Amino acid sequence: MQRKVFQLLVDNTSGVLSRISGLFSRRGYNIDSITAGVTADPRFTRITIVTSGDDEILDQIEKQVAKLIDVRDIKELKPNQSVYRELAMIKVKASANERQGVIAVADIFRAKIIDVSPESLIIELTGNQDKIEAFINLLDGYEILELARTGIAGLGRGIENVTYLE
Amino acid sequence: MLGADAMVKCLEEEGVKYVFGYPGVAICPFYNSILNSPIDTILIRTEQNAAHAASGLARVTGQVGVCAVTSGPGATNIITGIATAFADSIPLVCITGQVNSALLGSDVFQEADITGAVESFVKYSYLVKDADDIPRIFKEAFYIANSGRKGPVLIDVPIDVQNTVISRFRYPGEVNMRTYKPTVKGHAVQIKKVVKELAKARRPIICAGGGVLLSDAEKELKAFAEKHRVPVVSTMMGIGVMPTKHPMYYGMVGNNGHPYANRAMNESDLLIMVGARVADRAVSQPDLITENKVLVHIDVDPAEIGKNVGPTIPLVGDAKHIIADFMEEEFTCAHEEWIKTLDTYRATMGRVRKPDPAYVDPAEFIRMLSESLNDDAVYVADVGQNQIWSCNYHIVKNGRFLTTGGMGTMGYSIPAAMGAKLADKDRQVVAVCGDGSFQMSMMEFATMRQFDIPVKVIVLKNNYLGMVREYQHYTYKDNYSVVDLSGSPDLEKLAGAYDMKFMRLATMEHAQETIDEFLADNRPVLLECIIDPMDLVK
Repeated sequence: MQRKVFQLLVDNTSGVLSRISGLFSRRGYNIDSITAGVTADPRFTRITIVTSGDDEILDQIEKQVAKLIDVRDIKELKPNQSVYRELAMIKVKASANERQGVIAVADIFRAKIIDVSPESLIIELTGNQDKIEAFINLLDGYEILELARTGIAGLGRGIENVTYLE
Repeated sequence: MLGADAMVKCLEEEGVKYVFGYPGVAICPFYNSILNSPIDTILIRTEQNAAHAASGLARVTGQVGVCAVTSGPGATNIITGIATAFADSIPLVCITGQVNSALLGSDVFQEADITGAVESFVKYSYLVKDADDIPRIFKEAFYIANSGRKGPVLIDVPIDVQNTVISRFRYPGEVNMRTYKPTVKGHAVQIKKVVKELAKARRPIICAGGGVLLSDAEKELKAFAEKHRVPVVSTMMGIGVMPTKHPMYYGMVGNNGHPYANRAMNESDLLIMVGARVADRAVSQPDLITENKVLVHIDVDPAEIGKNVGPTIPLVGDAKHIIADFMEEEFTCAHEEWIKTLDTYRATMGRVRKPDPAYVDPAEFIRMLSESLNDDAVYVADVGQNQIWSCNYHIVKNGRFLTTGGMGTMGYSIPAAMGAKLADKDRQVVAVCGDGSFQMSMMEFATMRQFDIPVKVIVLKNNYLGMVREYQHYTYKDNYSVVDLSGSPDLEKLAGAYDMKFMRLATMEHAQETIDEFLADNRPVLLECIIDPMDLVK
């Protein structure tokens, strides 16, 4: 089993996400995470999919996704030639006494406190998945009330592999 | 002009002659507009058969088959027909009426999320929300259906969109799709590699699939096989790529194919699969076609290459173009020994049958029938034992052999034969089915009578669902479960009820006279052949 990050550029049509996720589910492919958002050109959406499988499955994923009519482009974002980021929001239970401890950990990770209430804090953290995992592990002594993660978004480095929109 | 008028106009622009379908309120604006058009409408008796009839027409004309049905149950009924066309890569445009767009998602009467339901069986689907988009969507739908790897496209049109007044109608001259550009030409470097292997090979063979017929490349394939004396075998969907009796053709491969065809494919040192999926029925052991040989896989769909077996040389493109490119290359092959070996296999490895003389022998009957057919006749085989006998014993001259090899949908033959007959009324069209598959579309006799579509229908009657019975014979040691067809109608009375000529053949004794009379004139005839209920295809 191997993990791959694919970047897709798709037509911003209704149902495009369901066509893609439907393809994954009916052919039994894994989706570890999927993120989608409109590009600078509103006609297009960029989707980042993290998936896993053996070589043949990953090859089929790439070909079957490319075959979808709405998909303009699919490419692998190789770890050494790309940057990945994920955003996590973590709501931690913290009384006034505990608050400073949580803030100290958050500072080390350059996370932001985006909400404070008498008994909890919400922390916002951006980074690659390892960083987010490490941060969550560090919060071990605290009670995590709620956690929301966006899944990975990514881009290739440099200008060599840019798909230009006409 | 209404949206519905625009839909009809689009079909006219695409040169559509027939629309197969079944109306309901949600598609009524369309069926009202089509009254003002030269396009003929064929009222089919159940929606699934609309797609099959459109498929039969598409397969013999090379044009997109069109059907139009209503929302809800009309739309869900057509799904099996769409899935059949998808599995067999047949170009269709299926139009479904839909409830008022303001009510979408509220579960009103006859609402079904058809674009969602067919997602895995269509090449693409549209839900039309703005009547002004109709010309663009239809243009795209026809283009998508009949290019690249062909297949069905569905257009769902809410009734209010059909009733919307549009200011002007302009049918696009060409499609402009940013995201859909199928590869047609083969990669020059890959073509050179294949040619190099061909020049080296001692035991080359081509295995042709339905893709060769879909790309209209039979002539090119035949010319290539003759020029370089490369033997050809085919998959079930590829039957008819070469005349059955062509010296370079060695039959159908697969678990229901000829033993000599499989042996030829397995013993080759260069196997060129063209327009074939390498699916389980054609190639049950993929390692046999990769061991000790160079495997070239040519397909217009890149996702098929490497899906079931990893080729040595992948080659993406349209069969017609690629074979034409091969023809341009100069090279010589020397493999006369191999051809002699294959001729010996063909002469000595035929199946030996021991038919019971108390019944019609389907193998011999089909052979005699096909010898008696016109040169360009269309033979449509249904699904079941009848299909396997048809595949193994029908002799294609220069006509067509149609069946559903991908989905294997029972009841395909009669509606598909109707579509093929409408495409060219002068052509002989014969549907051959079993008594199980027959009863899945016998309601279409009414359509044949109403619209004067004189298809010849043969029912191989054994009172069993023979293919399943055969499976239960081998797998469950004759413990038959739910395969007895007692209660079937008297076919003579049934033909009488539809005012159709009826004939019956009980043994082989008068087979030739019966076949001659059956084919004699251009009237619909139902011929019942009584076959041995215990007969086996293997």
